Amino acid sequence: MSAAIRIQQVSKCFGSTQALDRVDLEVDQGEFFGLLGPNGAGKTTLISALAGLVRAAAGSLSVMGHDVQSDYRAARRHLGVVPQELVFDPFFTVRESLKIQSGYFGIGDNDSWIDEILENLGLTAKANANMRMLSGGMKRRVLVAQALVHRPPVIVLDEPTAGVDVELRQTLWAFIRRLNEEGHTIVLTTHYLEEAESLCGRIAMLQSGRVVALDTTARLLRRFSTHTLRLRSHGEIPADLVRGAAQSGGWWSLPFDNFEEVEPLLARIRAAGCRIDDLEIGKPDLEEVFIRVMQGQAEAPVN
Amino acid sequence: MGHGFSTLLYKEVLRFWKVASQTVAAPVLTSLLYLLIFSHVLEGHVKIHGIAYTAFLIPGLVMMSVLQNAFANSSSSLIQSKVTGNIVFVLLPPISYLEFFLAYVLASVVRGFVVGAGVLLATFWFAPLTFAQPQWIFVFALMGGAILGSLGVIAGIWADKFDQLAAFQNFLIMPLTFLSGVFYSISSLPLFWQHVSHWNPVFYMIDGFRHGFFGVSAASPWLSLAVVGVCLAVLTVFTLNLLKRGYKLRA
Ligand SMILES: Nc1ncnc2c1ncn2[C@@H]1O[C@H](COP(=O)(O)OP(=O)(O)OP(=O)(O)O)[C@@H](O)[C@H]1O
Ligand SMILES: [Mg+2]
Repeated sequence: MSAAIRIQQVSKCFGSTQALDRVDLEVDQGEFFGLLGPNGAGKTTLISALAGLVRAAAGSLSVMGHDVQSDYRAARRHLGVVPQELVFDPFFTVRESLKIQSGYFGIGDNDSWIDEILENLGLTAKANANMRMLSGGMKRRVLVAQALVHRPPVIVLDEPTAGVDVELRQTLWAFIRRLNEEGHTIVLTTHYLEEAESLCGRIAMLQSGRVVALDTTARLLRRFSTHTLRLRSHGEIPADLVRGAAQSGGWWSLPFDNFEEVEPLLARIRAAGCRIDDLEIGKPDLEEVFIRVMQGQAEAPVN
Repeated sequence: MGHGFSTLLYKEVLRFWKVASQTVAAPVLTSLLYLLIFSHVLEGHVKIHGIAYTAFLIPGLVMMSVLQNAFANSSSSLIQSKVTGNIVFVLLPPISYLEFFLAYVLASVVRGFVVGAGVLLATFWFAPLTFAQPQWIFVFALMGGAILGSLGVIAGIWADKFDQLAAFQNFLIMPLTFLSGVFYSISSLPLFWQHVSHWNPVFYMIDGFRHGFFGVSAASPWLSLAVVGVCLAVLTVFTLNLLKRGYKLRA
């Protein structure tokens, strides 16, 4: 079985900006994959290279085993891209836009699929509205719909939730999750890290055009972030615990790896005659991982 | 040619048809005004190849409309798509550069034909017109429309901003079409300007087109056909090469 996406040693410059620097990445079929990185990291450039909107200066890219240059027709048929920019054609209605987009992919009779997409993205009521009349969030939904008309096995969403309300996020993710469960490969970029954390099975982090971390979400979290016991107390915390802890605003944060460690920790605090006023357990989060990877603190083994 | 091509052609035609008051009615009205003004001034004073001035003018105006609107169609569609960013909708699908080229050029020809037919309908009762050799009318309208449609594709791809496109239009397309014998016969010009006009390919398009109506023209229609054919071939190769390289479209 060929990889859904295979990116090998891809480089791209814009003038003196090295947008992509020998990027290697492979996404398997059926994955829900996150592509993260700060502004200007090269995420959109990588997606554009995959979609044939930008030509890589070096390296090769393929979609479902089809090279994006030499076998571009098959590659593009297997790929659906939701662009980052909120673009639309002001001449057409929502349904016309979707019919036309289907036609570009050689599909003439997919009305029931279009209806299903419209339904799932909450667009049914707007089907015959002109694109100009839609709100920004509605236009974003149409952009998602346009990427799906040809039922692509690989779907790439470039910040699909930038500037959209909670309702769309939920309906959108429910729909995308369903497509993923049905076997579609999903690649997602987003700056909402909790979104990536809850959706993506695997994550690549990009910085200045290079892959600086690549692992399953669970392993990334485990490796670069820990659980913390956060507490506010009356009295002094035992000196040996203070060493690993951090204090801010009257709260102490004590890192721990396994939940079994919590009880002994609390017992020692109690034994030191310290009364706990408030207590919570912080989970590892992707934001912390992200910051540490970007600061270069964590030498991330790229596997 | 696949479904992608026919859809792109359909979309391009639908695009101008949806705003037909600007893209069809306005240029027809402009041509009608030219006819009213010029024929008012010159009718009865000028005869060309033995043809009354108004009758001579009408095919020129029709062909000028075909050419200018063919150029306007592809160039404005492309620049709008580029500036607004919705060009990605045609760049993401599996549409080959050949299909891309043919769809934009053919849509331009359709727009040229629709406007040209509109101008003909609006003007033909001002003077007795004949259709001596209609095959030339069709051939030159088709090839001329395709040439200007290709130029529109080139200009639309090359220009990054609307004012660059306007410059292309004002400093190249307008002089070429106005100085091509639409309003006069080039045989009435001083010798020097006659020679200059013979270097203007648009002159051959207009002259060949007019030959289809009256059966007489300044140049032989076969010569015109050769010139126009070579221009079309050169432009086609040039434009296809731009598209194949992804010039300005696929960075
Ligand atoms: N067409 C272009 N011309 C010149 N430079 C470009 C072009 N496209 C991207 N760049 C540059 O390449 C780098 C990567 O940009 P890219 O858009 O891929 O980043 P990104 O990771 O998608 O960022 P964001 O999170 O802001 O969307 C940036 O430095 C950007 O300025
Ligand atoms: Mg981006």
